[in-house]
Amino acid sequence: MIAYTEKIREIAKKLLEAGTVEVFVGYKKGSVPMMNEPVLIRDPAHVDTLHWDSNCGLNLCNYLTRRSEKIGILATGCNSRNMVTHVVENQIKREQLYIVGIPCTGMIDHRAVKRKVGPKEILDFTEKDGSFTVRGRDFEETFKKTDYLQTNCAVCRHRNPVEYDELVADPVEEQEGIDPYKDVKKIETLSPEGKEGFFERLISRCIRCYSCRNACPLCYCPTCFVDESKPQWVGKSNDATDTMTFHFLRAYHCAGRCTDCGACERVCPVGISMRQFTKKLNKDAEELFSWEAGLTLDQRPPMDVYRPDDYNDFVK
Amino acid sequence: MTDKIFAKEAWIEALKGLTKDYEVFVPAGDGDFHTFKPLENGTKPDFGYQNTRLSPKSLVYPQSERMFDYSLDENDPDAHILNEASRDYAPRAIVGIRPCDAHAFQIVKLNFDTPEYRDPFWVKRFESSTLVGLGCHEPCATCFCTAMGGGPFDEKGLDVLLYDMGDAYLARSVTEKGQAFLDKTQGGEKADEKSLKRAGELAAGAAEALPDPVPVDPIKRKTINELFDAPFWEDVAFPCLNCGTCTFLCPTCWCFDIQDEVQGNQGGRIRNWDSCMFPIFTLHGSGHNPRDQKFQRVRQRFMHKLKYYVDKYGDGFQCSGCGRCVQFCPVNIDIREVLQLMGN
Repeated sequence: MIAYTEKIREIAKKLLEAGTVEVFVGYKKGSVPMMNEPVLIRDPAHVDTLHWDSNCGLNLCNYLTRRSEKIGILATGCNSRNMVTHVVENQIKREQLYIVGIPCTGMIDHRAVKRKVGPKEILDFTEKDGSFTVRGRDFEETFKKTDYLQTNCAVCRHRNPVEYDELVADPVEEQEGIDPYKDVKKIETLSPEGKEGFFERLISRCIRCYSCRNACPLCYCPTCFVDESKPQWVGKSNDATDTMTFHFLRAYHCAGRCTDCGACERVCPVGISMRQFTKKLNKDAEELFSWEAGLTLDQRPPMDVYRPDDYNDFVK
Repeated sequence: MTDKIFAKEAWIEALKGLTKDYEVFVPAGDGDFHTFKPLENGTKPDFGYQNTRLSPKSLVYPQSERMFDYSLDENDPDAHILNEASRDYAPRAIVGIRPCDAHAFQIVKLNFDTPEYRDPFWVKRFESSTLVGLGCHEPCATCFCTAMGGGPFDEKGLDVLLYDMGDAYLARSVTEKGQAFLDKTQGGEKADEKSLKRAGELAAGAAEALPDPVPVDPIKRKTINELFDAPFWEDVAFPCLNCGTCTFLCPTCWCFDIQDEVQGNQGGRIRNWDSCMFPIFTLHGSGHNPRDQKFQRVRQRFMHKLKYYVDKYGDGFQCSGCGRCVQFCPVNIDIREVLQLMGN
């Protein structure tokens, strides 16, 4: 995917010069290995700042909310689905966007790589044709990218953008025969006490920094329920019940809207797999409503429509 | 002051022996990272660590701390009276703390322990803690302690400083408190001249790779308005998610919020870490928010650390260069780059 960089710069330059867009949202290379920084470009002379590699695992859709300009923006499969969701939920107008689609082969799980190299510090990262190399003071190791994909990317079924104005390259092959819900099915077999214990352990390290919420493009409410004071829905200390309330409610607010982009897990400073919450809801949406979020501009998500002819009895 | 040298295994044993005098905290593995944990049965200290993911500030200043208890039961003679919550100020030893984090306590002290105000909770807990530092032989690429007036073997804020000599630790006592700690520590031998010389060489070598001290003068010379109105804040703030990672991981961020929580007719007054990144941090009762926009909040964090603090206390920056925010900012906002922007 590293080869996309030149093409992205070329497209951004063209769009900014022609005035097709006023700003372009992409990534620049980070100051720390395996981290890239979202960037907003206004001047076509600055497009060389743009960078792309397999460490662009945030969700750029997050940067569209409440903007009024005409925006050029990069979108992988999941990011494009969030843009669709944003349009459907009236957070941005489709005609405001020029979506530059990225056929994506997945992002690297930087935590898994760090776990593999142990306590040694990674000082440099390079990527080439499906493999990547990390270097430190006295080591150099090369890995196959497919062995170190983010867990959401490993089970991704929509690598190609679903909505775009232009693609940076030919579509990539979609992953077939994947069961994205293996882990959820395992949790479903647990007893109620087993589930409670599982989720308590899952979030035991949470420090309530809200990076998961803030990295999520679905969380655009002007005031989040955790910040309400009249009434105060949830306590602000690190009390386990309050922390659990935050995670449960956040997940429920994402029901039928989550694209499993993995940004929440990527940004968590203490490494919580909070996708275990949202994935169960994605599975339910798929099983109960044949719904995957953000695949089409023509349909509203199942949780915000009511149809008298709904085939499910329980809503009647 | 006596400097002692301990074989590594003897050191761990000696620490276990100290648990009758101190609650001993040591760095220990916790999933993918390290935290300070009490050296109780089962905790395996790991002094080969780089640094803890969360700073040890929570050992003195917990994320949530119950300050007062009260009763709303009208039959209770103490109804509506705030009583200080019971707490334990028994001596603690934080063993293996990095010099940057010890330096950070000195920075935070300027806020919690002033001639006008002494925060009793912070001060008592800090004074009952002995900080036994572990010098950094291999600082990370994200470390910049030297730039912030510290160093990988800086003794500032420490009571004892440990040098990793390969198969042994050399323990230098820095303060009376540190000497008392070493006097209670069983085993070990008096360090000889040769070991002390070797320790000095190790320390000098470690600092070589680190950046030069950043002078405060260029930022001090600029007016607050000049920096406040600088053109770069919108760009710096663009990627920011306004999450609390930087402020919660930071050893020098000290802001808190006070909340009352009531269950039935029993209540508690709790103070919780707060973050200037959160919009609600400055939300007024009137509904007005002076830092309504993201770039204002991002600007505040950097201005506080790198300008307001500098001007107010005349004691360097409100940053010890631990590098946690650089390493773990989810969108890679790098304070070192902002420091350059502000100074240039």
